Amino acid sequence: MNFPPGHPARDTQDTLVVANQERRPLRDRLLLRTHTSPVQMRTMEQQPPPVRIVIPGKVHRNDAADATHSPIFHQVEGLCVDRNITFSDLKGTLDHAMKALFGSAVKTRFFPSFFPFTEPSADVQISCIFCGGKGCRKCKQSGWIELLGCGMVDPAVFAFAQEKQPAYDPKKISGFAFGMGVERIAMMKYGISEMGSLFAGDMRFLGQFV
Amino acid sequence: MRILTKWLRAYLPGLPVDDAQLAEDLTLRGIAVEGIYALGEGNGSLYEMDITTNRVDAMNHYGVAREAAAIYGLTLPELTFALPKPRPCGQPFTVRIEAQDACGRFTARVLRDVTIGESRDWFVGAEVSTYFALLEQKKISNAVDATNFAWLGMGQPTHVFDLDKLEGGIVVRRARKGERLKTLDGVDRVLDADDLVVADHKKAVGLAGVMGGWDTMITPETKNVLVEAAWFDPVAVRQTARRHGLHTDASHRFERGADISAAPVASALVSAILLANGGRIEGELVDARVAAIEERTARRKPVALELSEVHRILGTTIDEEGITAASVENVLTALGCELKAEPAERAGLAELGKRGAAWQVTLPSWRLDLEREIDLVEEVARVYGYNRFANTLPEFGEGVRALPWAEKEATVRSTLLAAGFHEAIGGTFCSAAEGALTAPQPALVVPLGNPLSEEAGVLRPSLVPGMLAMIAGNLNRDVSDVRLFELGTVFSGAFSNGVGDKVDERPALALGAVGALPEESALHTGRAVDFFDVKGVVEQVISRFEMRGMYFDRFPLDAGLTPEWLHPYRAARVAADGVTVGWFGQLHPREAAARKIREAVLVAELYLDRLYKLPLRRPIAREISRYQPVRRDFSLVLDASIQWETIDRAMAALQIPELAEWRVREVFRDARMGAGDYALLLGATFQAPDRTLREEELQAFQTRVKDAVTKIGARLRV
Ligand SMILES: [Zn+2]
Repeated sequence: MNFPPGHPARDTQDTLVVANQERRPLRDRLLLRTHTSPVQMRTMEQQPPPVRIVIPGKVHRNDAADATHSPIFHQVEGLCVDRNITFSDLKGTLDHAMKALFGSAVKTRFFPSFFPFTEPSADVQISCIFCGGKGCRKCKQSGWIELLGCGMVDPAVFAFAQEKQPAYDPKKISGFAFGMGVERIAMMKYGISEMGSLFAGDMRFLGQFV
Repeated sequence: MRILTKWLRAYLPGLPVDDAQLAEDLTLRGIAVEGIYALGEGNGSLYEMDITTNRVDAMNHYGVAREAAAIYGLTLPELTFALPKPRPCGQPFTVRIEAQDACGRFTARVLRDVTIGESRDWFVGAEVSTYFALLEQKKISNAVDATNFAWLGMGQPTHVFDLDKLEGGIVVRRARKGERLKTLDGVDRVLDADDLVVADHKKAVGLAGVMGGWDTMITPETKNVLVEAAWFDPVAVRQTARRHGLHTDASHRFERGADISAAPVASALVSAILLANGGRIEGELVDARVAAIEERTARRKPVALELSEVHRILGTTIDEEGITAASVENVLTALGCELKAEPAERAGLAELGKRGAAWQVTLPSWRLDLEREIDLVEEVARVYGYNRFANTLPEFGEGVRALPWAEKEATVRSTLLAAGFHEAIGGTFCSAAEGALTAPQPALVVPLGNPLSEEAGVLRPSLVPGMLAMIAGNLNRDVSDVRLFELGTVFSGAFSNGVGDKVDERPALALGAVGALPEESALHTGRAVDFFDVKGVVEQVISRFEMRGMYFDRFPLDAGLTPEWLHPYRAARVAADGVTVGWFGQLHPREAAARKIREAVLVAELYLDRLYKLPLRRPIAREISRYQPVRRDFSLVLDASIQWETIDRAMAALQIPELAEWRVREVFRDARMGAGDYALLLGATFQAPDRTLREEELQAFQTRVKDAVTKIGARLRV
């Protein structure tokens, strides 16, 4: 989806695949999704705009486990497509979501980034929840913590969806999408240092969240 | 990548901010400064940059200076380097581009009688010594340093050859299969027919855009030099670099798109630096170009941009004036675009008034990432500043729809949390052996093609392996009381000819319990959690759903129906409306032993896809009667084959509205009863909503109860 041939994101070395698929055409081979983005396209192919969805999901990567990596983790993505959806709507929506997650005192700031499915793309930082923005060890003295990626849906993505749903005319509709890692947010919010704790079922760990 | 602010300020003497502010302003525009290090009085700062791969044009000092110029509305002077007039030569140097698909431009300049020596600050704009010292860039020789200086300054890869080692002119071509080239890293390489090479008339002298050749490199004895500055195709360079396992500065840039127009400028810079140590130019710059590649780099068709599109995508700004035609023009012009405004009276523009403006935008040769209108909209937003846009919310007039099973899942979850179980997430994979043990249909277990390990070789067909692993983990850590559940999906495949065509993923629930209940303390002596405790929890979960009836049953040992992971006698099937929705019981002692578990582990697995087919139970309140309830007990003697469930159903079948509730009050066994018999005390409560029950009524109810239990084989004790 909108990756030019030869783009590094097409590399599949981090994808876990189902066995014995070699004889099938490449696009039919079964694998474990490495991100939840395919749901966005599937939804657009299945229904005309407006679309407003939040997609939480488990994803898998062929990654060795360490303090901040796990072969299993979760993502939450969002997609909003309609007439008159703007970049300022994206900003307002995520600002609202971050305040709901981390408290109304939290501020957000956006700056340019690069993702294949969105343009313009942005990284979002929240004011450090540990020091309130004054600067501390957790935020490397910057007062800000980077938390999620987002952007306006690339017209090429709409053009792709248009093949099945003509109403996704990039000249008439617009939309935004965002994605974040659930574990990262949980680790930050609750001071968890090892991602593996989230998947170990240790009663002593889980008992803290009762 | 590292950037010196001293170098930036040499390009832009009018920068109105200090280094810290500059770093912040660049970062907020996507040219991220990750670290700032002060270099001492008069030396400015060193920035550690993190620039996204699409902005390869900004991975050098001049590129960053261009961004700064756009931010502060400064004019960035064009880069030019004055060269002495060349001496004419009889026979000009020849360059031939044979691989017209892969090389868009190749410039060659001949320098004679140069002196190879140590670098210094040669002239204004060529402070090689100073900048290299601040960047901790190793100095090699004036020739090599000149190419590095052009690289760091303007991001353009160049190469210098010892002209006297070249045999004839340059040919850019594909390698011949089996052709050999020793590259600058000292490696002898056998080339592939697809490799792009720079060659002379006899041999390959460099991997084009990747690395030069050993035999033609500059040495202290070099007298005559050929300066190469070229443009190679991204895909050709990537393929060549990959095949040889090389990743160089040059390949990094060419793979992501270099600036075809910068080649002569970089050539001039390298030449000027070399000539500053003596020597002369021979002949004019040889500049071979491929028109087809220029069409898609330096001379691309203009892109149409409308102000209304900028507003449609970007929305509301904090500043009331917002993004105007002038701000669009300023931003894009500063980035190197040329804008030609459409006439204001053009159809569609006039009625928009001040907000109606449109342009044909000519794109700069160094920004191959810009191709479409949306790319220009992004540039406007980026340089304008993302944080100058307001926080607005999309208009929204509808309700929220959750996934069809979301409420059911939430109900199951809250039931188990209330029962004192912690929710856990186990692994998605298990070993093939565990898969075979726990799969409802072992033949349908789905193996992975590239598993993380043998223990994680298949997609879990059941949540039981993960649950057992978590229980064992707790016991190993001396946590003796465990209550866990997992809500997750399980997998089964559909196969034909050994190829998996389809993998089904279905929701399931596992719960596991081991240890004392309640937790032992000074006030409670715990007892071990048992089969009936887990049965109760399973019953609680199931009874959240609306159904005609649920029951639990067991199968004889030889029926082969009880899952192999369960204890043959301490296991039961759960059925809801006649459909199997799960199994529970004690873990098979063999499996417990295999996991070094000594305690009795109780495990349940429910097939939620089946349970979720049922609606959730919606309680409907009844008036609570104000009249006296009356309890009547019935003492029954039963054959062991008659279970409570049979009595329960018989009582329900009576359909006496005044029969408010019934339950087992006591069970006891006595040797004086018949072999296999047991006694059960059934307590029934009668209550009417609107009156006190009369003795005759109660008598009649009692008779009906006695008749009903007699009919199913119970004997009444007197
Ligand atoms: Zn902080």
